[in-house]
Amino acid sequence: MVTALSGDQPPVVMSHKDLNFIHVRQGGLYWVASTKTDASPFTIIEFLNRLAALTKDYCGSLCEKSVRMNFALIYELLDEMVDYGYIQTTSTDILKNFIQTEAVTSKPFSLFDLSNVGLFGAETQQSKVAPSAAATRPIMSHRSEQGGKNEIFVDVVERISVVIGSNGVLMKADVEGEIRVKCYLPTCSEMRIGLNEEFSIGKSQLRGYGMAVRVDECSFHQAVKLDEFDTYRILKVCPSQGEQTLMQYQLSDELPCAPPFRLFPTVEKDYGNRLLIFLKLRCDLPPKSTALNVSVTVPVPKSSLSLSQELSSPDQTADLQLKNKAILWSIPRFPGGAQLSALFKVEVPGLSSASLLEVGPVSMSFELPKHTCTGLQIRFLRLSPTHPGLSQRWVRYVTHSDSYTIRI
Amino acid sequence: MPYFGSEETVKDLKRALSNPNVQADRLRYRNYITRVIRSMTQGLDVSSLFMEMVKASATVDIVQKKLVYLYMVTYAGHKPDLALLAINTLRKDCADPNPMVRGLALRNMCNLRMPGITEYIQQPILSGLRDKASYVRRVAVLGCAKMHSLQPNTEIDPSVVNELYALLRDPDPVVMVNCLRALEEILRDEGGVVINKPIAHHLLNRLKDLDSWAQSEVLRLLLRYCPRSDDELFDILSLLDGFLSSAHAPVMAATLRLFLHLAAAHPAVQADALSRARGPLLAVCGSASRELRFAGLSHVQQVLRSQPAQYCSHYKRFFCSYSEPGYIRLRKMEILVELVNDENVVLILEELKSYCTDVSTDLAQAAIAAIGRIGRTYTEKCLDILTGLLALKQEHITSAVVQTFRDLVWFCPQSTGPVCKAVEGCDETPQDDEGKQALLWLLGAHGELISSAPYLLEGFIDGLKVEISSAVKMELLTSTLKLFLSRPAETQDMLGRLLHYCIEDEADMNVRDRAGLYYRLLQSGPDRTRQILLGPNSDPSMTVLTGRPEEPVSVWASSFNTLGSLCGTGAGPENLPAEDSAHQVHAAEEAELGFGPAEQNLNTEPEEPLSDAAAAELDLTAGPPISHEAFERLWLDLQVVHQQVLEVRRPPEPPETLQAAFLLVKIQTLAFSRADAALWKAYVYSRAGGTLLLAELLQGAPEEPESEGMLLVSIKQQPENQSAVRNFISVLKRVLQTLSSNTS
Repeated sequence: MVTALSGDQPPVVMSHKDLNFIHVRQGGLYWVASTKTDASPFTIIEFLNRLAALTKDYCGSLCEKSVRMNFALIYELLDEMVDYGYIQTTSTDILKNFIQTEAVTSKPFSLFDLSNVGLFGAETQQSKVAPSAAATRPIMSHRSEQGGKNEIFVDVVERISVVIGSNGVLMKADVEGEIRVKCYLPTCSEMRIGLNEEFSIGKSQLRGYGMAVRVDECSFHQAVKLDEFDTYRILKVCPSQGEQTLMQYQLSDELPCAPPFRLFPTVEKDYGNRLLIFLKLRCDLPPKSTALNVSVTVPVPKSSLSLSQELSSPDQTADLQLKNKAILWSIPRFPGGAQLSALFKVEVPGLSSASLLEVGPVSMSFELPKHTCTGLQIRFLRLSPTHPGLSQRWVRYVTHSDSYTIRI
Repeated sequence: MPYFGSEETVKDLKRALSNPNVQADRLRYRNYITRVIRSMTQGLDVSSLFMEMVKASATVDIVQKKLVYLYMVTYAGHKPDLALLAINTLRKDCADPNPMVRGLALRNMCNLRMPGITEYIQQPILSGLRDKASYVRRVAVLGCAKMHSLQPNTEIDPSVVNELYALLRDPDPVVMVNCLRALEEILRDEGGVVINKPIAHHLLNRLKDLDSWAQSEVLRLLLRYCPRSDDELFDILSLLDGFLSSAHAPVMAATLRLFLHLAAAHPAVQADALSRARGPLLAVCGSASRELRFAGLSHVQQVLRSQPAQYCSHYKRFFCSYSEPGYIRLRKMEILVELVNDENVVLILEELKSYCTDVSTDLAQAAIAAIGRIGRTYTEKCLDILTGLLALKQEHITSAVVQTFRDLVWFCPQSTGPVCKAVEGCDETPQDDEGKQALLWLLGAHGELISSAPYLLEGFIDGLKVEISSAVKMELLTSTLKLFLSRPAETQDMLGRLLHYCIEDEADMNVRDRAGLYYRLLQSGPDRTRQILLGPNSDPSMTVLTGRPEEPVSVWASSFNTLGSLCGTGAGPENLPAEDSAHQVHAAEEAELGFGPAEQNLNTEPEEPLSDAAAAELDLTAGPPISHEAFERLWLDLQVVHQQVLEVRRPPEPPETLQAAFLLVKIQTLAFSRADAALWKAYVYSRAGGTLLLAELLQGAPEEPESEGMLLVSIKQQPENQSAVRNFISVLKRVLQTLSSNTS
């Protein structure tokens, strides 16, 4: 047998005798390929990622349960994708002609579904808002109840990674972004996506006085036609069913706006063995925006025993995680422009001045819905010719924290 | 082994499948077959249902067909006789008007792995090769390869091979690529598919029609092709140019590998390709999939072996994020160490410093080791950080810091002073074997600079009975003996106790033998012991000063974009600094034990035309330092015995590096002028064969205009010894040459 997988971090490539095992982890599942040849790692990893993405497209969600309920479908997919160990095709457009099995989905009973139905069954306002759960359903369920909906989602997803020095200076700021299309239209002709007209690529371009949106590098999906991109910043594409990444872009070392969070920490020794950590956290987003699921991790000395805290509102929580030796402060909602503070008193036996060095760096994770750090916006989304029947188009923006570190 | 269900489940399924009512209801029938597949997947042996499943294959429902075929392919090996019953249905399906059914049947028929199947599949495959639907042709082409693997020892049918070569011109790109794959398998013993000029150009021209998977595969096969002329080569490269910046990582990597391979004779083209692939490669390193990120990082590491400068300005891309798994962070730290230069060193060190307190001890220790590696070039800054870390009083941190100190002292002798001071001030002793050994080595090698050394060693000796590791005991023996040689009065008593314990009570044979060896060595007198035991306390080679040389691309190009590059630590032995140097230390020690006086020869050129004894006599040796006043007095008193223009320029290194370099070859330095001075001077001295040599190095001397920036050396000596002067000059020249050749 292969050596047991140690902890949560097994090596990506393992070999046993002449066999190499390559795995990726997605949706809490290991997707493993084995090969005897010294193949290209990029190809195998990309293929496993693509397989996971297609499984998600076809089964609706990616978890052990959905895989177990859809063995037949996944076998069918694999049979068309790979023959004799050789990749035949992974394109949804081609695959949809061959895949006949329908996905089995489990729809858990949820109060949220009921809230969409207003008095006397009339549709409420809520169902007009971009549906967040709607995008997790299988692409193939034509005959199921929801399947009749012709929808297309365009997501602008950015991941931000920031390091702020102890003096408050921004030391590193990188943004990795992508425009993703998730298409449920059975057939779709051409879609035109207009980006900000001030969108510019590369460092050398002169910036005017306006609010230019700039990225360093930018790459596009093979299928994207760029003939109108240079002049009008329009992407043209015929999206196939399922999820695709149309454009990827990076911006490094420079943010067009202030980093979303600022921290003002004070760490001092109290009497006895008590450590006082006073944190003031400011959200520098525009007042309309809100950060969600903000969590702040503050490493504390290894010998810390207990914690008492004073937080500024009851919906926040903070606890000392003995395993990681860190305080986890979670803030479910954090409106832009607001400032929160927290006082932590940590009991540390044998506290010395050196213990203060163990406090920090603070790391944060959060989600910024309806916000992009680069300022990239989608001006318009046009399907031509207009699709017969009701087709709904949704544009969603979200910024995730990839890594947000503030040194103390 | 069954995980779910049991015999009972199989019986139930069997009953249901043979129930005519179920068979009549299409959806129920299919549902039961799905349950069979589910049980099969979960590890239950459902092979006893083979008969029922074969019956179910005769259906018009294509989903049911697929499921049944899947079942048959899995169990045909166990029930070959029953599987033959299904052949008829399969052959009938191969002639179905629907190409999807034809393809499906042919594919599954070829997948049945049982003896004697070849005679049934040969005909369908041959007609499949000429099918009008590309879907069937794709399947048939791979079928040829499957057929070959079923009967590996038979002769290759040349007509099939020819047909496959002809199908390379098939309009369907997947058929074409499948042909390559099939030929590669069938002709494996003959070296795989032949890529001649027409085929290569055909493939290159069709490259843009293929999907990214096929592209990367074809690019890999093209590695086999050698262009006839440079013109052809550059035509090919310009065709491939666009793929170098492909958004698909597999295509980009395969193209880069092909570029590096084809342009092996044109380093400038290789460098250009590497710099153009930098953007895409960096993008992969920031990809959302962490496995892909890891692959990207491993490949960046390979590129760094030849062109570290390319990525220096992008160092921030390799800062770790706290959410990343350990294997990515370790790679990133390794890369950061390679990227250090004068501009970014402060920021990189600050970043690494913040990793030193990570929750994971592995990562924290790796970060400390990384700082130590940077310390070989930027000693002072790193020593400050490392000394600061000792204040944390964390066991694992202290241990890693001490190990790093040991390596630093070995590679950078000029750091000895501050390290000893830090060790002295540290009251926490490491508790793991590696850390203990490192501390003991430091105490033994530099005990004269650490005033508390005897007390620390005594602590170890007192705890000897509970010490388990024999490596630590061995190190303790050596260190105590070394310390005895430098501080006999304080150490004599404990050395006696240690030797007594090790010889009388120790169970480990190696430790006992080592103690006996030392005991007999001491009997031969302290001078003899000193001669044998004390080796160099710093790295006699000059690798640290000059940094790792940039390797040519060809060293790693062949493993680029292969699994191998992800398995090992990409950049060779330098990646494990602690173990690496520890090994060297031990190797050096063993060498000394075996061949006492040999170590003194380390610094002379082996080809020197002197007898061994004379060479040993003329070797430069370091002695007690001379004060500025004494040097000045001597310099004024003595006459120049030798003056010569060395054919080397002044190396541009900072004075401390020069000083360390000189010290390695036992030349001590008195003073340097500032680096930017127009008239640059240095005063150095050394001892050899009982004489003292004083030398002045001068650059830009006004009275020697013809020297043109070459160094002018003047030597004074007391007492005179011409051969020592010659030896001194040759050593001096070699150091300077090594330094300047590595920086130019």
